[in-house]
Amino acid sequence: MNSYFIKRFAAMIITLWLIITATFFLMHSVPGSPFNEERTTNEAVQKNLEAYYHLDQPLIVQYGNYLAALVKLDLGPSIKKSSQSVNDMLGRGFPVSFELGFYTLLVAILSGILLGVLAALRHNGILDYVAMSIAVIGISIPNFVMATFLIEELAVRFPIFPVATWSSPKHMVLPILALATGPMAIIARLTRTSMLEVLTQDYIKTAKAKGLSPVKIVFKHALRNALLPVVTVLGSLAASILTGTFVIEKIFAIPGMGKYFVDSINTRDYPVIMGTTVFYSAILILMLLIVDLAYGVLDPRIKLHKKEAK
Amino acid sequence: MEKILQVKDLHVSFSTYGGEVNAVRGVNFELHKGETLAIVGESGCGKSVTSQSIMRLIPSPPGRITGGEVLFQGMDLMKLKEPELRKLRGANISMIFQDPMTALNPTMTIGEQIMEGIIQHEKVTRGKAKEAAIEMLTLVGIPSPEQRLKQYPHQFSGGMRQRIVIAMALVCQPDVLIADEPTTALDVTIQAQILELFRDIQKKTGVSIILITHDLGVVAQVADRVAVMYAGKIVELGTRREIFYQPQHPYTKGLLQSVPRLDMEKEELVPIPGTPPDLFSPPVGCAFSARCPFVMEVCDKAYPFKTHLSSNHQMDCWLQDDRAKKLVSTFV
Amino acid sequence: MELRKHENRNISPDVPDAWFVPKARNQTDAEAVIRPSLSYWKDSWLRLLKNKLAMAGLVFLALLTLLAIFGPMISPHSVEKQTLTLQNLPPSSKYWFGTDDLGRDVFTRTCYGARISLFVGLMAALIDFIVGVVYGGFSGYKGGRTDNLMMRFVEILYGLPYLLVVILVMVVIGPGLTTIILALSITGWVGMARIVRGQVLQIKNYEFVLASKTFGTNTARIIRKNLLPNTMGPIIVQMTLTIPSAIFAEAFLSFIGLGIQAPHASWGVMANDGLSTILSGYWWRLFFPTLFISLTMFAFNVLGDGLQDALDPKLRR
Repeated sequence: MNSYFIKRFAAMIITLWLIITATFFLMHSVPGSPFNEERTTNEAVQKNLEAYYHLDQPLIVQYGNYLAALVKLDLGPSIKKSSQSVNDMLGRGFPVSFELGFYTLLVAILSGILLGVLAALRHNGILDYVAMSIAVIGISIPNFVMATFLIEELAVRFPIFPVATWSSPKHMVLPILALATGPMAIIARLTRTSMLEVLTQDYIKTAKAKGLSPVKIVFKHALRNALLPVVTVLGSLAASILTGTFVIEKIFAIPGMGKYFVDSINTRDYPVIMGTTVFYSAILILMLLIVDLAYGVLDPRIKLHKKEAK
Repeated sequence: MEKILQVKDLHVSFSTYGGEVNAVRGVNFELHKGETLAIVGESGCGKSVTSQSIMRLIPSPPGRITGGEVLFQGMDLMKLKEPELRKLRGANISMIFQDPMTALNPTMTIGEQIMEGIIQHEKVTRGKAKEAAIEMLTLVGIPSPEQRLKQYPHQFSGGMRQRIVIAMALVCQPDVLIADEPTTALDVTIQAQILELFRDIQKKTGVSIILITHDLGVVAQVADRVAVMYAGKIVELGTRREIFYQPQHPYTKGLLQSVPRLDMEKEELVPIPGTPPDLFSPPVGCAFSARCPFVMEVCDKAYPFKTHLSSNHQMDCWLQDDRAKKLVSTFV
Repeated sequence: MELRKHENRNISPDVPDAWFVPKARNQTDAEAVIRPSLSYWKDSWLRLLKNKLAMAGLVFLALLTLLAIFGPMISPHSVEKQTLTLQNLPPSSKYWFGTDDLGRDVFTRTCYGARISLFVGLMAALIDFIVGVVYGGFSGYKGGRTDNLMMRFVEILYGLPYLLVVILVMVVIGPGLTTIILALSITGWVGMARIVRGQVLQIKNYEFVLASKTFGTNTARIIRKNLLPNTMGPIIVQMTLTIPSAIFAEAFLSFIGLGIQAPHASWGVMANDGLSTILSGYWWRLFFPTLFISLTMFAFNVLGDGLQDALDPKLRR
C-alpha cells in the first residue's frame, strides 16, 4: 500500500511541476509588456516597473525565481492591484470558494446517489423515466444558464431567495443549487447504470437465495459495488465544479477565488492568473489522488493486489 | 420414501422482445428425503428455470410463473407471501449457482457472507455465527478456516470458492439443497472433488439435493434418480440404473449415445441431429418429434400420455401406445 | 394423464389409429431458423428509430441546422445594424424574439449564434476525431513500447483540467472563433484517442484480423476494412458527446469574456449581455440564448445516449 502511495505522490508532483512550467512559459509568451497595454505609459516608468517585477531578467532566471518562491508557497504579487499579493487574494477568496465547492459536492453526491438508486430499483417505471429525464436536462443545461434561470424564477419573479452575495445560509441556496445540478445529474445516471448492472450479478442472486430482505441486498451488497464507478468519476466532477465556480461566483457576486480569477483574466494580471492556476491545479491533483486512494480502500481487489505484488 | 418437495404442473414463461417464451411447460417431480435427484438436459431445455422457480428466484419482469404448485412442508411455495418465502430461503431450502467466480460478493469478506445468513435466520450472536461458519468451512474442506474468514473471494481458487458457496448454503442446515450446474465452470479434477463433497455432506447431514446439470458423467456419479428434460417438459424419469441401462425415451437414448463411454463397442459418437425447438410457439405434440428417429404422425398432433414402466420409472412417448409397438420393428 | 388399459392393451382412445404411421419429413425442418437476422447497422438504426427521445433530438438538430443556414436569410432584419430608437423591445410579430439594448433583432442574432455554436461543435468534433483516431489507432496497432509511451503522454494530458487549459490558451492567444477551436482541440482529442486505442487493442487479436494478415493484406487495408467498421460505434458515440461539451465551452468562454467578442453574436455573448439586465425585466434577452444553448445540448445528449444504446452489440435482439 505504501509504495503505491509514494508512487502516486511522486507522479502528482511531476504533473504539478509540468503545469507550473507550462503555465509560466505560456504567460510569458504573450507579446508586449503588461505595463503597456494602452500604450500610454511613459517608457521610463515602464522600465522601472519591469525592473521592480524582475521582468527584465532572462526568462530562465525568472523561472528559477518563480520556482524558488513556490517552494516557499509564495505566489508573488499582483501586477494590477499593486497593494495585494496573490497569496492575499487566495487567502480571502479560497475559504468562500471552498465552502461553495464543498457543499455543492456534498449535495450533488447525496442527492445523485439517492436518485440513481431509486431509479434503478424502479427500473422502467415512472420514477425511473422521470428521474432520468431530469438527469439529462441537468446535464444539458450549463450551470450558468441554470443560475440565471434560478435567479429569474426564485429571486426576481418570486423573491424567495436573495439575488446575490454570500452572507447567510439563505444566500447559499441558489448558487449551490445551480452548481450542483450538473454533477448531481451525472452521478444519478452513473449510479443508476452501475446499480442496474450490479443487480444482474450472480452474487445478488445468491444473496436473494439466502433469504435476505431487499433493503439489505441493496444497501449491503449492491451499493458497495455499484458506487465504485461513481468514485472514479468524482475527480473530474470536482474539476468541473471548480471551473463552475468561476461563473457562479461572477453571477452571484460571491467574493470567492473564482471571481478574482475571472477578474485577473479580464485585466491580464498575469501573476494572479499564474498563481491561481497553479493553486487550482494543485487542488485538483490532490482531489484525484484522494479519489484514487479512496478507490483503493473501497475495492479490496485493488488494495490487496498491491500488497501481494510486493 | 418421505416426500420432502413436490413440484406439480409448473409453468414458467418469459416476455421478450420477440414474444412470449414458454420455458417450462408443465413439469412434475418429487424429491424424496435424503436422495439426490438430477435434472439433466441440453442448454435451453428449462432445467435452470425450473430450479430457480422453486424458490421464486426468477427475475420478475421478464419471467413469470404462470401455473403450478410447489409443495414443501405442507405449504404451496407459489402462494406464499414474499416475507414468508424469505424465511425459508437459505434456512430450509438453499440454492447454489453455476459460476463460483461471480457468485460471491467481491467487496465482502467470505466470513461476513457466510455469517450473515445464519444471523439473519437464527438470530444468533456474532460469536456463535463465527463458530458455525468455521465449522462449515471445515466441513467443506477449507484449511485454516479461522484466518480465511477475513479474506475476500478473489483470494481463493475456483474450486475453493465453490466450497465456500456450498458452506454458505448449508450453514443453516436446510432440508433441501438446489445446485444449479455446480460443476460446469470447474476443471474436471475439481469437479470430482466437489461431487465427492456433495456425497459426503449428504451422508453427514442427510440433506436432500436437486442437482441440475447437462453432463451425464456428473449424473452417473451422484444421482439416485434422474429426470430428463427436453423443451420445457420432463420426458423421462427414473432411477440411475433405469435411465442409464434401460432408457426408453428416444431422447434419452440419443443422449446416451452421444456421450463417450469406456465400454463402447463402436468408435463413433452419434449426435442427435437438429436443434431444440423455438419455444415462442411451443409445439402441440411432442417437442422432440422433429429430431426423433422414430417419429410418427401422431407425435406432432398430440402430446403423448405418461407411461409408468415401474414404480420409479415413467416417460412420455407415443411409442408406448400398443398401436406403435406394431411399427417398432419397421424402424430398426 | 395415464395410458389407459383398454381391453388389456395400452391404447389412448382419443387418438385415432390412423396416426400411428411413420412420419415422412425432410432434414431441414429440424434446423430451420425462425427469425431472419439483420445486419448490425440495420439493427442499430431500427433500435434508434424506436427511441423517441433520441429521434426528437435528431429532429431538433435538423431544424436548428436549417435555422442556422437559412434563418438570417429569411429574417428581414440585419445581425449588426444598431438602431438605438428600437432598444429593448419585447417580442412581437415584427421582432419575433425582441430586440437587445442596441436595437438589434434577437431572432437574427440567435440564428447567427446557432451558426457559431454548430460550427464550433462540429469543428471540435472533427479535429478530435482526426487526431484522436490517428493517434489512438496508431498507438493501439503498434502496441508494445510505442503504445506505452504514447499513452503515458495521453494520461498526463488527461489529468489536466480541460477548461483551465482552454482558458489559459485563450488568455495567451486572444479571443476569436479560430482561437477557440484551436484551444478546444489541444486537449479534446484525448478522450477519442483512448477509446480508439482500446478498441484497436481488442480487435487486433480477433481472429479475422489474424486471418486477414495471413493472406498478406497490408496494414492500411486491414485498418480500413477490419478495424474501422467495428470501432465506429464507440467513435460515433464519443463524437456526439464531444459536440455539446465544445458548445458548452464556447458559451462558457464567451460568458466570462474570453470567447467571441462583441459585436459578434454567439449565444454565450448574448447570454452575458442578457444577464446584466435581468433585474430590468427584459427577459427575452436572456431567455432565448439560454433556451437554445440548453435545447441544443439536450438534443445532442439524448441523441448520443440513443446512439450508445442502439450501437451496443450486447443489446442486439
